[in-house]
Amino acid sequence: MATSDAIIGWKTLPFGCHITEPGSSAKFRTGDWRSQRPVLDKEKCIKCGMCWIFCPDMAYSQTKEGYYEANMEYCKGCGICANECPKGAIQMVEEEV
Amino acid sequence: MSKRVGVEVSIAVADAVKLARAEVISAYPITPQTHIVEHLSDVVANGELDAEYVPVESEHAAMSCCLGASAAGARTFTSSSSQGLSLMSEILYHPGPMRLPVVMVVANRALAAPISIWNDHNDIMVQRDIGWIQTFAENGQEAVDLLLHAYRVAEDPKVSLPFIVNIDGFTLSHVIEPIILPDQEDVDAYIPSFKPHVKLDPKKPVTMGPVGIPEVYTEAKVAHEMALRASKKVIIQGWKEFAGKFGRQYNPIETYRMDDAETVLVTMGSISETAMTAIDAMRDEGQKVGLLRIRLWRPFPGPEFRKAIGKTVKTLAVIDRTISTGASCGPVSAELRSILYKMPGRAPKIFGFVAGLGGRDVTVDTFREIVDKANLYAKKRPTDLYEVIGVREK
Repeated sequence: MATSDAIIGWKTLPFGCHITEPGSSAKFRTGDWRSQRPVLDKEKCIKCGMCWIFCPDMAYSQTKEGYYEANMEYCKGCGICANECPKGAIQMVEEEV
Repeated sequence: MSKRVGVEVSIAVADAVKLARAEVISAYPITPQTHIVEHLSDVVANGELDAEYVPVESEHAAMSCCLGASAAGARTFTSSSSQGLSLMSEILYHPGPMRLPVVMVVANRALAAPISIWNDHNDIMVQRDIGWIQTFAENGQEAVDLLLHAYRVAEDPKVSLPFIVNIDGFTLSHVIEPIILPDQEDVDAYIPSFKPHVKLDPKKPVTMGPVGIPEVYTEAKVAHEMALRASKKVIIQGWKEFAGKFGRQYNPIETYRMDDAETVLVTMGSISETAMTAIDAMRDEGQKVGLLRIRLWRPFPGPEFRKAIGKTVKTLAVIDRTISTGASCGPVSAELRSILYKMPGRAPKIFGFVAGLGGRDVTVDTFREIVDKANLYAKKRPTDLYEVIGVREK
């Protein structure tokens, strides 16, 4: 579900705007809010996991090789990972329209 | 058998909450609401009512508690006044769009500054737009009846909206009146048990009150607005059922001696009874005066109000019990001017008056003065936007 899926009429909105399906926020892809994306330089990365710890959207997960990768369906491009990375291995790059 | 007894209106209101079998009561005492929640605290402590009584640290917490309890499927009650109601304000906007039928009695009182514990309608007019159903009682019996009606309507599955019954502080809350408290079995039959659409339950988790992004917020507000407008049908139905069961009929707009009336007072709350006495006196003198009393304030019954104005009416004198500082008139006048603006052909002239601020008495003579002034202004345009009755200048 993307933001565009929320474009429904008032008659279709759930009663009281209640969300009756637990965990459904996982369906809400917030990646389309992003104006910048984190790009990892694997040469500099020491696999410490600081990006994974600090990501406020839990968009990061560990790959088989032990690196951390942000899921672009959820990453909002806030840049906290790049700011916290002790090795400066993450660069925020402008998204192209 | 129910019988008529002399009882303080606050105590009768608390007994009506008991009859309605409220399950969670949370409140913070404030004059002039205190006796209602104090007596309820006794009633629960004595084991007369099987309810959770939650004493809280503020009105903000009291409303939060009721919101949560209602979300969990409980029948709730709270009460407040004035500064306390203002402190609730943030939470008061939640139960409407969330469709939670919290029921509250507001013992209307002025707002500071200057500090005043006495009666006017400033506290509730600040909360005019919270999206609750709002009714006004004129006497102690009505306070009891309208509260039972509030539970009947608020929890109706077609409505599911919060409800405020306004009773004038002191003028109603602290007087002893002859009041009929209905029998428990009749009340049980009138108010079925609360069956929420959705409730908080660990076995079936739900989220209530989530964020509304710009793509959703407008639709959510309109859904609430439409629900509030649609509630009018059930409000009227609830009064019909009440009349059938208890023999007292209520209407969104009440009329008094409107036949051939030319100058008509418009009132809300307990001053309406004094206004009726004034109308009787003026009628005895041959004046063609009448009275319209607004019982249902939200959703505003525009069509009912237009219908209540007879063909003979030339002038409306509207009494507001608050100053809407800096506005062109008080909130009741503004509402009526708005609904009469498009009335075809025969819209009466409408003049706004402010009276009874901060406990100032509104007497029969006050109403005479208002009628005289309205008649004068109908011939000679007033210079002010509205008039504050009885204000001293020097």
